[in-house]
Amino acid sequence: MLIRKPPDIRSSEITGEQNYLDRRRFLRDGAIAASALLAGPVYGAVIPVDRQATLSDVASSDFSTAEEPNSFEDVSTYNNYYEFGTGKGDPAANSQEFEPRPWSIEVSGHAETTGRFDLEDFVKPYQLEERIYRMRCVEAWSMVIPWVGIPLAEVIRRFKPTSNARFVAFETLHDPKRMPGQGSRVLDWPYREGLTIAEATHPLAILAVGVYGKALPNANGAPIRLVVPWKYGFKGIKGIVKMSFVESQPATSWEMAAPNEYGFHANVNPEVDHPRWSQARERRIGAGLFAQKQPTLMFNGYGEQVAHLYRGLDLRRNF
Amino acid sequence: MVTANRSRISTEGSTFAETSDDDACEIAPENRPWQVTVLTQIRFIWKPVVFALCLVPAILVVTDAFEVTGDLGANPVEAIQDRFGIWGLRFIMITLTVTPLRVITGWNWLLRFRRMLGLFTFFYVLMHFLTWLILDQSLLMSAIAEDIVERPFITIGFTAFLLLIAMAATSTNGLRRRMGKRWQQLHYSVYLVGLLGVWHFWWQVKLDTSDPAVYAAILTVLLGSRLHRYLKRKRKRAERDVPVQPVIRTGIRQDASSTAPEYD
Repeated sequence: MLIRKPPDIRSSEITGEQNYLDRRRFLRDGAIAASALLAGPVYGAVIPVDRQATLSDVASSDFSTAEEPNSFEDVSTYNNYYEFGTGKGDPAANSQEFEPRPWSIEVSGHAETTGRFDLEDFVKPYQLEERIYRMRCVEAWSMVIPWVGIPLAEVIRRFKPTSNARFVAFETLHDPKRMPGQGSRVLDWPYREGLTIAEATHPLAILAVGVYGKALPNANGAPIRLVVPWKYGFKGIKGIVKMSFVESQPATSWEMAAPNEYGFHANVNPEVDHPRWSQARERRIGAGLFAQKQPTLMFNGYGEQVAHLYRGLDLRRNF
Repeated sequence: MVTANRSRISTEGSTFAETSDDDACEIAPENRPWQVTVLTQIRFIWKPVVFALCLVPAILVVTDAFEVTGDLGANPVEAIQDRFGIWGLRFIMITLTVTPLRVITGWNWLLRFRRMLGLFTFFYVLMHFLTWLILDQSLLMSAIAEDIVERPFITIGFTAFLLLIAMAATSTNGLRRRMGKRWQQLHYSVYLVGLLGVWHFWWQVKLDTSDPAVYAAILTVLLGSRLHRYLKRKRKRAERDVPVQPVIRTGIRQDASSTAPEYD
């Protein structure tokens, strides 16, 4: 595993942005060419700046479901991403101008390795994997999404959290100029989410950088977002700029906004209703106008893999 | 003429009612040729035009469903339900605007559209209800009953729907005559329907209440104008009644308005 200390002076501060990007693209393309020549990957994950470009060297995964994925259009135009507006179509409509570059992620807290990492360096040490997961929104609809990402457990291992690190907290970019939805006070910005360290190091949890074999559309949380398939969708924080290892349970955005309706755990649970609507069934997007809702599964159908994390926990109280 | 009009619009605040066409014929055409022209125009030109306009949102749902004029997005069931619901709410607001607008402008002919607008409110809420029943719940009775009983926002919406059924069912001229005072009492519940409708909307949204707040504000103005008018009338009635006795006893004519508190 390649561990890099962040440089004191970022190259982007020295070189003009465009030259910098060009240089990076040159290096990357060179690297890809080299890896092709050697008939095997030299570098790990690379996210192309061009969003139309296909992600290369994506491994498949046994964690993927065999269910039919939703169309790319459904996945990229029906979203909750309040940073770009509260309507389902708002993120796609209002994020057209958003440039998720240059991008860096600040890692802090109880860990041996901390600092600010360029996105490219952050994802590089890992193998991209396709994970076709069910996604269950707290609003009682669901999709099947072919994410491309890197295992969060491996990312965490790289930073060597200490024994004080009991939770991992994430934050979304807070930049009202680039994210028009942040002009409204509907949530207390920046968007915050968190996981216990056990949840974060579970092999199902990933940081997604792509969908349908391409880099993430802005509406889905470009350039990097969390995907925790056994939890309600709002746990999957988008546009991540901060990741910190903390000792106590971090405050999370939806819990802060309505603590009686949304909890920290937010595990998919058909037996614990939202105070205002039932969670027993869900509408599968794309199933058609006359399709019945389908029963929601405990832990969104991932119970076999994750139920042990919650043994002894009262899920009705810890919703 | 003015007094005749007054008596005909005594159904202040009612929704679906309007002057029956029989009443309109009371005035002999040879005496009021201009009025017949206006009434005929309303009946044969403006009513069909308004009717067609009121249908446009429903037609757009259908043409969007077939992707002629647009589309319904990734969740068409939700889109159809939301659109019928929001138009139901808009039509309540439009219907409730008729009376204040008539009072302000003096356009008494507006009343002739009130029943149609009220019935369109019922139509859009009915479509909203049917979308929920058939497309969202797939007619699963246990789930439907659970929702109505256990989800307060659905209970509220359903209550409003029941009231609209009662008003729509009694909207004919014949029933209105036969029910007398009780008809008026029943149709005052349109105010309650407005309140329940906004509440239903407010409670249903996840967090961003800015849209329901707009409807709440409009409803406040519409109901507020009625309350204002009601209080004003009540005070006038009080003014009229109070001086009667003192005038007789003292022989001095008192102007009650000089002692009554001013509200407006």
